[in-house]
Amino acid sequence: MSEPLLDVRDLRVSFRTRTGVVTAVDGISFTVGPGDVVGLVGESGSGKSVSMLSVLGLIDNPNCVIEGQALFKGRDLLTMSDDELRAVRGQEIAMIFQDPMTALTPVYTAGWHISEQIRAHEKVSKKAALARAVQLLDAVGIPNAADRVNSYPHEFSGGMRQRVVIAMALSCNPSLLIADEPTTALDVTIQAQILELLKSLQSEFGSSIVLITHDMGVVSQMSDRVMVMYGGRLAEAGPRREVMRNPLHPYTWGLMASIPPTDGTRVARLAAIPGAPISPGDPDRDHCLFSARCRFVSDTCRPQPELVEHIPGHFDSCVLPFADRVELRRQAMTPLEVAP
Amino acid sequence: MSEPVVDEGGLLLKARQIAKHFPIRTSQGKQLVQAVDGVSLSVRAGETLGLVGESGCGKSTLGRCLVRLLDPTSGEVIFDGVDITTKSRRELRTLRLGFQMIFQDPYASLNPRRRALATVEEPMLTHSLGTNAEIRARALMLLEQVGFDPSYADRYPHEFSGGQRQRLGIARALAVAPKLLIADEPVSALDVSIQAQVLNLLSDLQRDNDLTYVFIAHDLAVVHHIADRIGVMYLGELVEVGSSTDVYTAPRHPYTEALISAIPVIDAEAEMRERIVLTGDLPSPIDKPAGCAFNPRCHYAQDICRTDKPTLQLLDDGREVACHFPL
Amino acid sequence: MWRFAGKRALAALLVLFAISVLVFLIFFATPGIDPAARIAGRNASQETLTQVRASFGFDRPIWVQYGLMMQHLFINRDLTSFVNRGSQVIPQVMQAIPVTLSLVFGAALIWVVLALIMGVAATAARGTVIDPLILVIGVIGVSLPVFWLGEVVNLVTQSRLHDTVFAWVPQLGYVPLTDGVGPWALHLLFPWLTLAVLYAGIYARVLRSEMVASMNEDYVRMARAKGIGETRVLIRHSLRTSMISIVSLFGLDFGALIGGAALLTEVVFGLQGVGKLTYDSLQNFDLPVILACVLYASFFVVLANFIVDLLYAWLDPRVRHV
Repeated sequence: MSEPLLDVRDLRVSFRTRTGVVTAVDGISFTVGPGDVVGLVGESGSGKSVSMLSVLGLIDNPNCVIEGQALFKGRDLLTMSDDELRAVRGQEIAMIFQDPMTALTPVYTAGWHISEQIRAHEKVSKKAALARAVQLLDAVGIPNAADRVNSYPHEFSGGMRQRVVIAMALSCNPSLLIADEPTTALDVTIQAQILELLKSLQSEFGSSIVLITHDMGVVSQMSDRVMVMYGGRLAEAGPRREVMRNPLHPYTWGLMASIPPTDGTRVARLAAIPGAPISPGDPDRDHCLFSARCRFVSDTCRPQPELVEHIPGHFDSCVLPFADRVELRRQAMTPLEVAP
Repeated sequence: MSEPVVDEGGLLLKARQIAKHFPIRTSQGKQLVQAVDGVSLSVRAGETLGLVGESGCGKSTLGRCLVRLLDPTSGEVIFDGVDITTKSRRELRTLRLGFQMIFQDPYASLNPRRRALATVEEPMLTHSLGTNAEIRARALMLLEQVGFDPSYADRYPHEFSGGQRQRLGIARALAVAPKLLIADEPVSALDVSIQAQVLNLLSDLQRDNDLTYVFIAHDLAVVHHIADRIGVMYLGELVEVGSSTDVYTAPRHPYTEALISAIPVIDAEAEMRERIVLTGDLPSPIDKPAGCAFNPRCHYAQDICRTDKPTLQLLDDGREVACHFPL
Repeated sequence: MWRFAGKRALAALLVLFAISVLVFLIFFATPGIDPAARIAGRNASQETLTQVRASFGFDRPIWVQYGLMMQHLFINRDLTSFVNRGSQVIPQVMQAIPVTLSLVFGAALIWVVLALIMGVAATAARGTVIDPLILVIGVIGVSLPVFWLGEVVNLVTQSRLHDTVFAWVPQLGYVPLTDGVGPWALHLLFPWLTLAVLYAGIYARVLRSEMVASMNEDYVRMARAKGIGETRVLIRHSLRTSMISIVSLFGLDFGALIGGAALLTEVVFGLQGVGKLTYDSLQNFDLPVILACVLYASFFVVLANFIVDLLYAWLDPRVRHV
């Protein structure tokens, strides 16, 4: 197997607060290969966004403690100097965020933003950078790119603005794009457009994508590999088909069962997970963090389980006997007729 | 070609040609936002009608017009046989006991300075629905019904999670024992696992309290799950109405078809399947296209679609579609 | 942009007209007061009174009076101050204007530069001890009353240390620009600094709080993710956006100062500006001068706000379409 593009090893991110230490990411390890699309799924508090922000050094909090390694093309991003990291950001690893409304400084035009990024990394004239900006806007499907390059962010609709952000992110041909909930704030038909755009750009430029989302459907549509996060740890990870067809972790079962069926059938009730997603401030981490909400909790859920590879390439961190999983999954995903 | 005819007997809510226009001043002068543009619908007692659509389709505005949180520019809303659009504020007050609303943002719709119990008691106190002791007892009962332990009664909204706040909003809405509940995107702001809990709660409450729902959302999968009938809205108009499963599995309006196709599904087998991806942006309700509002983005558009506006018609299979060439 | 400017200009003119009418009515249409007597001053002779009545048309309808007053003020510019034994009002005001303008422009330049430096430094150093230190310096600046500070400055520069450190500080008073930039600036140096200290403190605090808030915004995070250096992020993204809210604050302060709010500074430093002129005329109840000063002040406040509106639209493209 070729050398991975991004190799995250035992990443831990915590924040010192007045009430104690809050652990947002609790030791995750994963790799992203060249050309891979990896989906990182989780709900609020799972640590999915924080983990990728910390890899790029974008957490502007002096009380944040980051441990572990994040090797990008062999170099550890977490120990790089500010200057080295700045050279990586935008040029080799690009990141786009959820809300296109607030992602661009409102007083500068689209062309200015793209041009700023290009000129931060390459020695080109303003004119040349602007010309490239027009090309990029065209490539992401913005009509009248030559005119629109002089438009301000508020003059674009939500979907168009996200396209501008994507154009900007890809302007220096990064090998890795991190997309943090890129379509959550958009309407579903616009979301389909943006996802299709990302997919086509990815195959055209060959960049890898880490797609952070809470939407299992988006992950299923876009990614080659899926990683499910809960409470700052990986609950399950594996090839997309494997995880979708044969999920092994009770949290993944719960997540998938919480989504109403999309095949046209209707059920009276959904097999919901009881309780609320874990708060990162909980100090007791010496057990499986999902056990508080799990139907199959037992004493073996303490201490905190590690990721185990039961099927080649497919990992999960549940201690339930592997042989029982299929049956337990069937139970977990069958909705109850009446409230418990 | 016929006007949809429904048996008037079991109808709890009937809306006729509701329109809501907002005059605004833009750089082009005075313009009109046609948020809702002639919508007629009906809801039977005990059923759930889902209203689905994307930004700017007018579903939230319509929801507010149905309970007269906004006054419709024209049209009538008849609730339980009474035309509420012509009633004065004073007369509406007692009528409002029959219909209530729950909102999308559970934090913004709760008074942050009021404890949970007081929030649920308030509507009952406003309408003097009993002695203080009776009201308090009923409020505690409602909190339990939505899944709260009695110890939560003294907490403030900021001490609740998003899903819990939404439950509180539901309890408050049920305080006056309404017959109709209009839910405006009640689960859109919640995590997926919490969303499922709240949806289950809404189903249970409907069954236990004999409620009728109008469920407004942009997520067609969620609406398909909870609603018996679905109305699809686009740019202020109803483009398709029908039974939930029928609309979802066999859409007959091109927009519905594209909407369903756009939903990312957990389909282990599918690679990028053949999807209908609409081009262009959602047009603005200020500058609606001539003819059929959907024609600029429609794959099946023909000349007549650009000039003649189709009206909602009843087809032989019970579906209502506003299209010159239903699928 | 031009349409925007045009609309604002029209609005400004209307406001000025309304102010002139209002001021006129207050002074000359208040029941129970004989404006002629007021203008003529105390112990005026009968013929003075008649002269005044005829000149201002007090026996004619109110709008004619208004018209005559405006004519005296702007067209003929022969408004006479009877209290001051027939001296012309308009030249007095015209002489005072450059003094105030010089004072306020210079002070404004200094305080804006100071505030920018202090605000940006405080933001860049947020979390360290330098941040609150800068803010405390700002608070001290705000707390020192300008007349006290001015007197202390005078005490030090004009008397105590005049022979040693501050020998180069000239006498109190104003020297016109036409006499040379050097003397002009030297005479105004300490008045500038005294006035600027107060405002620099306020503006530094406001700017700092705006900028720190903006550092948590998505667009700043996006800029960093692009690989932009921290200094550029601070200046080009955070400062540029935060400046927008400073501008409207500035407009109000600047307009008010030019209109005469720099009075205390002018008095303390012996500058015959409009503030001082207003003050003196109030002492004597010299109505025509008061009238002229009030109108002049409101003109500049309206003008300043107009310029601020334009500046706002230039800085923030979102406003241009409104």
